[in-house]
Amino acid sequence: MAELTTRGGGRVAVLKPRVFAWVQDYGVYAAVLALLLFNVLFTPHFLDASNFRTQLVQVTPIVIVSLGMALVIGTQGIDLSVGSAMSLAAALVVLYLGYGWLPALVVAVLGGALVGAVGGALVAYINVQPIVATLALLVGVRGLANVLVPQLVEFRNPDLIALGSSSVAGIPVIVLIAAALTLVVMFVVRRTTFGRQVVAIGGNRSASELSGLPVKRVLLIVYVISGLLAALAGVLATARLQASDPTSLGLFIELSAITAVVVGGTPLTGGRIRVLSTVMGALLMQLLAATLIKHNLPQSWTQMVQAVIILAAVYATRERATR
Amino acid sequence: MNRGQVSRVLQQHGAVMVLGVVVIVGSLAFDSFATPGNAVSVVVSSSFLAIIAIGMTFVIISGGIDLSVGSLFVLGGVLGAYGSQYGLVVALLLPLAVCGLVGLLQGLVIARTGMAPFIVTLAGLLGVRGLMLAISDEGATTYLVKDLAFAELGRGQVLGLSYPVYITIALSLAAMVLLQRTGFGQNVYAIGGNEQAAALMGVPVARTKVYVYLMSGLLAGLAGALNAARLSSGVTILGIGLELDVIAAVVIGGTLLTGGAGGITGTVAGVLLLGVIQSLINQVGNLTSAFQQVVSGLFLALVVVAQRLLSKAQRLT
Repeated sequence: MAELTTRGGGRVAVLKPRVFAWVQDYGVYAAVLALLLFNVLFTPHFLDASNFRTQLVQVTPIVIVSLGMALVIGTQGIDLSVGSAMSLAAALVVLYLGYGWLPALVVAVLGGALVGAVGGALVAYINVQPIVATLALLVGVRGLANVLVPQLVEFRNPDLIALGSSSVAGIPVIVLIAAALTLVVMFVVRRTTFGRQVVAIGGNRSASELSGLPVKRVLLIVYVISGLLAALAGVLATARLQASDPTSLGLFIELSAITAVVVGGTPLTGGRIRVLSTVMGALLMQLLAATLIKHNLPQSWTQMVQAVIILAAVYATRERATR
Repeated sequence: MNRGQVSRVLQQHGAVMVLGVVVIVGSLAFDSFATPGNAVSVVVSSSFLAIIAIGMTFVIISGGIDLSVGSLFVLGGVLGAYGSQYGLVVALLLPLAVCGLVGLLQGLVIARTGMAPFIVTLAGLLGVRGLMLAISDEGATTYLVKDLAFAELGRGQVLGLSYPVYITIALSLAAMVLLQRTGFGQNVYAIGGNEQAAALMGVPVARTKVYVYLMSGLLAGLAGALNAARLSSGVTILGIGLELDVIAAVVIGGTLLTGGAGGITGTVAGVLLLGVIQSLINQVGNLTSAFQQVVSGLFLALVVVAQRLLSKAQRLT
């Protein structure tokens, strides 16, 4: 077994480089298309607009959270605090709803940004490992949200309820917001200096430092963005529920978001961010769960199939990392 | 002692010292804290977490992470309760065999493909949870412990402490010897310190990693089985998210997530510290579990910042 330690991706890459490259780049799109095709053929009522809308609305918070997660993972980091940032946002939004929905939303999103700022400061300025820095926040911030709002609180603010339930041209507003955020993050990653800096830092932090990039500031901002997006997802989910539920809102969403990013082909080793593929990864997981449920397969199957897909996706992207 | 030595001692034994301080302060502040009854309840409830944390310590020292232990703990409990209808031996061997197999598979995938432990064990977390739901009718069936000897293993007492406490102590001592006094333990440290250098020196990197994840799986399954024996049933919801508590305990105990440093004493102190803090918060009275989470989170943040500063001080000297 000793020779395994000096393994490399070269052997496989020589054999089937094109197939691997194609799977890495388009595998997740192909999987989503295949699942869609399967459902169109074999699932009754799949093409109903209401079914489509339900699926999209359900996956929206995961999509928004995974956009921030993709940026964090692009810097070789990880953000476990996103679920707790969502729950804090849910608590803050009902506490400040008396001042109107917009101020409440701003306070909630700022709360999430603050969570991100604490995590980012620990990571960037004190060099704490991202996983423990954000683990501390995962534990503490949900506790804080529960202290602020100890139990489920229903609210009747018509504007906030409208934000969660109204549609424009048949498409739910929260889905449109998620789509708009996706475009913004794509633009930031591909076309802005900041996006280039994020990718550079993830690829090689010390080289980025030596070449004069503001590494610490960029890291801090990335975690702030992640917390901010998570809080926004928390507000939208709260608006849809028409109730604030800090105890269970966003619980374990960090795992779903990491899964979406990883299945989308963004390597955990950093230096590469695939925004649209991340969204596809989230859609794939949602579609998969829906398909299995529609065909009367139990929840246990969903989780086992998800496990296999995660492994397959990471195995496929691994080759590029070692090549 | 110079500054580097001081910080090294603090890093390695800080958790034990803080534990001592917290216990003394707690005893002075609350009359009902330093009672034998409270001490026993802290030790007993900590023992299951400690068993899992021992395995996690090896994993983290080797530079990895194991997110699957929470799911394996639950699976071990369900399998133990299910197996108890066939007697004590099956009740213990079934969870150990299945959880060990999962650990072994994860170790093989990590060692052979070079995939990140975080991802492989994240898949393990999901897959094992699915497996647990599959054998318990989607969580609807709770198997009851049928075998009296198995239930006795979880609840029986000697000198006022239940058997799981003694098992935890024995496992901790064995793990200390394994980590500090054997070639295997040295290999674990070497891999976590610098994997490439270890491979060049002839350390069997792949094999050591496989053993480390196998051990983590076995211990998580054992802890689950013992917990099922104590509760007399294989509860399907307890233990979800437990992996994060375990990682927190190991980190508080002074084991660095970067690998290559740490130890069992610190981990046991870290687990006890979490238990003692929980107990103290209970003493304060009408504070909710939410408040306890805030304190735990703050405490964890303080510990990692302190560790970071300490290891910086070590490098400067």
